[in-house]
Parts: sequence; C-alpha cells; structure tokens
Amino acid sequence: MRWTADEMMTIAAARALRDGDRCFVGIGRPSTAANLARRTNAPNLVLIYESGTIGAKPATLPLSIGDGVLAETADAVVSVPEIFNYWLQPGRVDVGFLGAAQIDRYGNINTTVIGDDYRDPRVRLPGAGGAPEIAASCREVIVIVKHSPRTFVERVDFVTSVGYGSGPDDRAKLGLTGRGPALVITDLGVLEPDPETAELILTQVHPGVDPARAAEATGWPLAVAPSLRVTPDPSSAELSALRELERQD
Amino acid sequence: MGVIASLPEAIAELVRDGQTVALEGFTHLIPVAAGHEIIRQRRRDLTLVRMTPDIVYDQMIGAGCARKLVFSWAGNPGVGSLHRFRDAVQRAWPAPLEIEEHSHAGMANRYVAGASGLPFAVLRGYVGTDLPAHTATIKPITCPFTGEVLTAVPALNPDVGIVHAQRADRAGNVQMWGITGVHKEVVLASHKSLVTVEEIVDRLEPRPGAVILPGWAVTYVAEVPGGAHPSYAMGYSERDNDYYQAWDAISRDRDTFTTWLKEHVLDRVPTP
Repeated sequence: MRWTADEMMTIAAARALRDGDRCFVGIGRPSTAANLARRTNAPNLVLIYESGTIGAKPATLPLSIGDGVLAETADAVVSVPEIFNYWLQPGRVDVGFLGAAQIDRYGNINTTVIGDDYRDPRVRLPGAGGAPEIAASCREVIVIVKHSPRTFVERVDFVTSVGYGSGPDDRAKLGLTGRGPALVITDLGVLEPDPETAELILTQVHPGVDPARAAEATGWPLAVAPSLRVTPDPSSAELSALRELERQD
Repeated sequence: MGVIASLPEAIAELVRDGQTVALEGFTHLIPVAAGHEIIRQRRRDLTLVRMTPDIVYDQMIGAGCARKLVFSWAGNPGVGSLHRFRDAVQRAWPAPLEIEEHSHAGMANRYVAGASGLPFAVLRGYVGTDLPAHTATIKPITCPFTGEVLTAVPALNPDVGIVHAQRADRAGNVQMWGITGVHKEVVLASHKSLVTVEEIVDRLEPRPGAVILPGWAVTYVAEVPGGAHPSYAMGYSERDNDYYQAWDAISRDRDTFTTWLKEHVLDRVPTP
C-alpha cells in the first residue's frame, strides 16, 4: 500500500504511545493519532480530553474536545476544574499530546501570536487553552506538527508552553514537574532533545526522506543524530485503521 | 430566585451596558440563544468572559457588543481561527477589543475562587511562559508552609453568568449532565445568573452523575429548546458540526458576516 506524508506522521505518532499510557489529548492530529493507537498498538490507551472526559473510547473521530461521543463512552466525566486540578496538575498523566503553530530549537511552543508585538500581532492565534499546564505537568510531551521553516523557528515569537526554555537546566529551575517534549513528530521524521544540550535534533527520518529536506524545513541549523534511524514503513493494518477512522470523520 | 422568565425578559433584566458577562459551556451546553438575545438588545461595552470563545462570542464581538475579552482559547474547535475575533484584535473592527489572556487551568481556578468566596486561587501554572508578562492577573505567590513559589490568579465574579442546561422544574431547580465544564462554578461565582434550559418539567427525575443547582442559587431560568445550537444538549440534540465548519466562510468577510447577522439574529424574533 502507498501512503502520504500526513499518514506517515499520524502513524509514527500513534506508534509512540505505549499500551496502558494515560494520554492527555488535544484535538486535531493528536486526537487522530491517539485514536489510531487505540485501534493498533495501544488498545488500553486511556484517552483524557480537557473537557473532563477520562477514558473516552469514541467509535468515530470527534471534531471538538467536547463531542457527545466522548462523554458517552468515557469511564468518568468530571468538571473542568477537576480535570486540571485533580488529574493533570499532580502528575497523573503519562503523555501530553500537543500541536504547535511555532516550535523552536528548545521545544518551546507558540500558539498565541505571530509577530514581535503581542498587542499588535501579525497573526492572532487561538491562545493557550490547556497547553501550558499539559506541557508543565504531564510526565512527558509528544508534539505532532508539520515540518516547515515558518513553524520550526530559532526562537518562538511567544512562549505559550515551555519546552526546555533556553537550555537543559531550565525546567528544573522553573520547577516544572514533567520531563518536557520527548518527541517531535513531523511529516518528515522525528526530532528529540539532545541529552546534553536539550536542543532538538533529527533522530529519525520517514522512509524516502533525505535528512537534508528536514534541515531545509527547519529554521535553525538542524543537527542530525549520529545513529539516524529510518521509520519502518506503515503496515497495511495501520493504514487501513487510519483510513477507516478518517473516512468516518 | 430561580424565577422563570422568557429569554428576552431575563436578558433585559440582567444585562446592562458596560457589565462583565460570562457565557460558559465547554463545547457542550453553550448558551448561544442567550448570546443572540444580548446582540438583539444591542448591549455595548461588555467585558465578555469565557474560557473558550467560539462561534457565539465571534458573533457577539462582530456585532459590537464587546469592549474586552477575558479568555483562554479563542478558536473554532476542530475548524480553525475565529475571524471576527481576529479582525477585532488585529484591525479594531467593529471596535477595539482589549484582551486579558489566561490558560484553561487558570480560568477554571479563577471561577473556583469566585464560587468559593475567595479573592484568588493558587495553581501550578504559567511558569516560564510569556503570559505573565502580558496579563496583569497572573502573579507569583509563595506558599507560607513550604516556601514553594506558585501562581496566583484573582477570582472571577462576573455581574452576570449565563449557561444552558438540560432541564429545570417549576421551582427553578436546574439539572444538567454530560460535560458540565465550569457550569456550576460560573453560576455560583456570578452576582446574578441565567440558566436557559431545553425544557421545564413538573419533576426532575434523578440521573446518575447529574449536577443540580438549587433554584435559590440561580436568578432566572428560561425555557429555550435548542438554545445551545450549534452546540448541543446531551439527551436532546447533537452537535451541529456542519454549522461550525460553515461558520469559517461566513465569518471570514465583514459584509457576509453582517448580512448573516441581520438575517439570523437581528431580524429573528424569538418565539415567546
């Protein structure tokens, strides 16, 4: 079976989730990937949406974080203060799954404004939502975002959610309890923080992708891991499950 | 208290120009019809509060009701940007829009503090982000017991809090279920409140997991079937995802929006 770069990205993200993980899911691609994981490699994945639905098992992809199908299939539906205060804040969630309008060299995320002036932005984006506290308090964060020089920037215009700040010690200094972004999964490959510097480096390319293409799509000089891996091809089972999900959508 | 009124009566009694008004509903049970009534009554200079300003706030902002927006995520869920909100922030149309921006955790805790009669709430949040530099209502606070530095956000106590719910009885007791978001908190945090409901019944049948607001804790109740559309009321209606998708094109252009607003809101008199 042939596949698109978008499908490869979603499948790579689904594979990154471990069976039994408790996963805080954002809408859009993270939700598609998490729902795919539940149908493939992680059938016992616990999907938590910020609307207060814990253990949602939707048969179709929700358009919003509060679709009826999430509440109807959840193990528990709790209030919004409760989902943030009792479940996210104390570190009960393994993986936070986020998107980004901009992401920088140290995995900081911007979903607030594009441009230098917050009060007079070039582009006003939706804002923070649950992301700052998801990025702070989940044990680790997975970011799923398409690779482009407009998105992968040297320094984000606005820090909405903290990755590694400006280096490897910043999270500890800030008192952030979670580990931070462990994986950044794109349509070209996977970036991971360098264990020494916390800078995002290319550790994996998807099949047929030249690492130079990822470098061109990145707004800082992208380092490539010495042991660059190649993502295994999507299986026909993964592709069928994804297409079935998106068809219902 | 828990007075049963028509929607136009309740809005006319409750909402005044210049007030702080919160319409809540986390995707579910959004009081859209009440927002449209505020537009029809031509309220101005409102400080609008809402965690997730979506279509109904895009409409209220585009209609010129708002002076300021207090929020944590302004978008069309699953679709994209809010074009009227963006036009107001980026180009001051139809009026300049001041913003006070938070995260969901911060907003939820501000309502909890408001409902609890406390001046502020404490959370682990915002640390290391650029939000505190631009939002005066985010401050560090030191724990008096451990010395740990945490974040404080002030209580939200809107003049008027408005939500939609499934049903109420004739004494104005309200019952809601499914995703209830910050419904209880915003009603209890606000000085006055309005709950629009799908139906008013003689007796509220108990339901597992339902949230009950006693009539004496609510100012007005109005029966507005379908009053959450295009949002939904679990057990009564489905979310109209096509409407959310169609809104993108309607809201993109000022003229298209203005025509839509006249036809679907301003010229539409609600059935009594």
